[in-house]
Amino acid sequence: MSELNELVGRPWKKPPFVKRAWLRWAMVLGFVAYLIAAYLTIEVNWARVYEGLERGKQFILAFANPDFASRSGDIWDGMIESIIMTVASSVVGIVISIPIALGAARNIAPLPVYLICRSIIAVSRALQEIIVAILLVAIFGFGPLAGFLTLSFATIGFLSKLLAEDIESMDRVQAEAIKASGAKWAQWINYGVQPQVMPRLIGLSIYRLDINFRESAILGLVGAGGIGATLNTAFDRYEYDTAAAILLVIIVIVMALEYLSGIIRERVQ
Amino acid sequence: MLRLEKLVKTYKTGDQALKAVDLNVPEGQVLALIGPSGAGKSTLIRCINRLVEPTSGSVFLGDVDLTRLSMSALRRQRRRMGMIFQEYALVERLTVMENVLSGRLGYVGFWRSFLRKYPQSDVDEAFRLLDRVGLAHMADKRADELSGGQRQRVGICRALIQDPALLLVDEPTASLDPKTSRQIMRLICELCKERGLAAIINIHDVALAQMFVQRVIGLRFGAVEFDGLPEGLTPEVLTTIYGEEDWEATIEKVDEDEALA
Repeated sequence: MSELNELVGRPWKKPPFVKRAWLRWAMVLGFVAYLIAAYLTIEVNWARVYEGLERGKQFILAFANPDFASRSGDIWDGMIESIIMTVASSVVGIVISIPIALGAARNIAPLPVYLICRSIIAVSRALQEIIVAILLVAIFGFGPLAGFLTLSFATIGFLSKLLAEDIESMDRVQAEAIKASGAKWAQWINYGVQPQVMPRLIGLSIYRLDINFRESAILGLVGAGGIGATLNTAFDRYEYDTAAAILLVIIVIVMALEYLSGIIRERVQ
Repeated sequence: MLRLEKLVKTYKTGDQALKAVDLNVPEGQVLALIGPSGAGKSTLIRCINRLVEPTSGSVFLGDVDLTRLSMSALRRQRRRMGMIFQEYALVERLTVMENVLSGRLGYVGFWRSFLRKYPQSDVDEAFRLLDRVGLAHMADKRADELSGGQRQRVGICRALIQDPALLLVDEPTASLDPKTSRQIMRLICELCKERGLAAIINIHDVALAQMFVQRVIGLRFGAVEFDGLPEGLTPEVLTTIYGEEDWEATIEKVDEDEALA
């Protein structure tokens, strides 16, 4: 009771995350100092920026006046190649990532399998697409095959990791109930696990399809085929109007995919 | 029919959930397992079908020692033990029918179950069970569209379609209102009687347990503290199981409740 009397009338504050006051303030000040120092190292050549503004203006003006016609054949071919690359790599990537995701979920895989699958994911995620593409172009030569392999490889890291995390956070009891009925392992996955993660798997797959399409536009810059190669050529020739046309087509397709994925994800919930 | 011998479960954290529990359940007996939270009731039930691996001791179902079985032999034995869960544990995105049929997974091959092509006899039995619990018209609904009481009925069908000899029931009424709780308990006990099943029912509601079961086991700190008829649950006994409290209101005037239900 006497303890309560002491507490009444005293203001209450949420306990700070870092308890030691000097350490807390040292961290805040250190961060601010670092931020200032970091910004001071950025060199801006304002004269160069002023010159560049003119080029930027031309580039943006080209959007008002995109030229779909004069290189329509190249744009069409590049687009078809990109779409084929996207679809093929997404399908292959997803099919390979599902077993890896099962292996990388700690709640269903034994430790050795878990470690192997996690390292596959780590490798796939550590290597950025462009770097992989450069390597694969060196091995397989210019063209969409290198792009296809790059995107499949990248899909594995992305999808397996996120799917594995969804499996790890599933409701354990639902899966337990299936196990208690005497189900075999594959049946247990099919009845106890799959229904719980299916919406996420579909959502992620569509999202990855979307990413793969955008990436396929970039990979062309390092020679891995697709619409990126056409775009690169247009820039090299200073044909900003054609480049603008290509970018517009890419934007439209990405937005269409986005819209589509919204609808599908709503349906599968 | 079910015999536990010196069953011990020690968790990795060092908590001893079960301390050498001995228990003998004859054919067709429905018994309630009561005790405070953390007394080891859920652990005991899960050690029987090895959803939790016991640390030592034996579990005999008939003549088979379940604790010595390989994984595939254990799967075959699990078919003989139906389990009903707290919070129902239906697979929410599957239909009611799929949930019920999942009780047959131990009997059908992978491709049959994957393609949902169950033998006609299984489908017939599923409809019969759903009809018995009054849900035949809900067969194609998704499990998450059902109310709590309906879900638990589906859970009961899923356990029974296994054609078990024993039901393991873990807090079947914990998330249900008093009336539905009573209906579910009555249903479970009726079905056990109809089919001659033994059952172990974990339950918090002492009065409800007294109303329906033939035998009560009181568990405290992982050891059996009481084993006897429901009428034997006097305030003194409840105090030894749960600790000091006023028990007069908990020990039910059974007749009045029956009339009410």
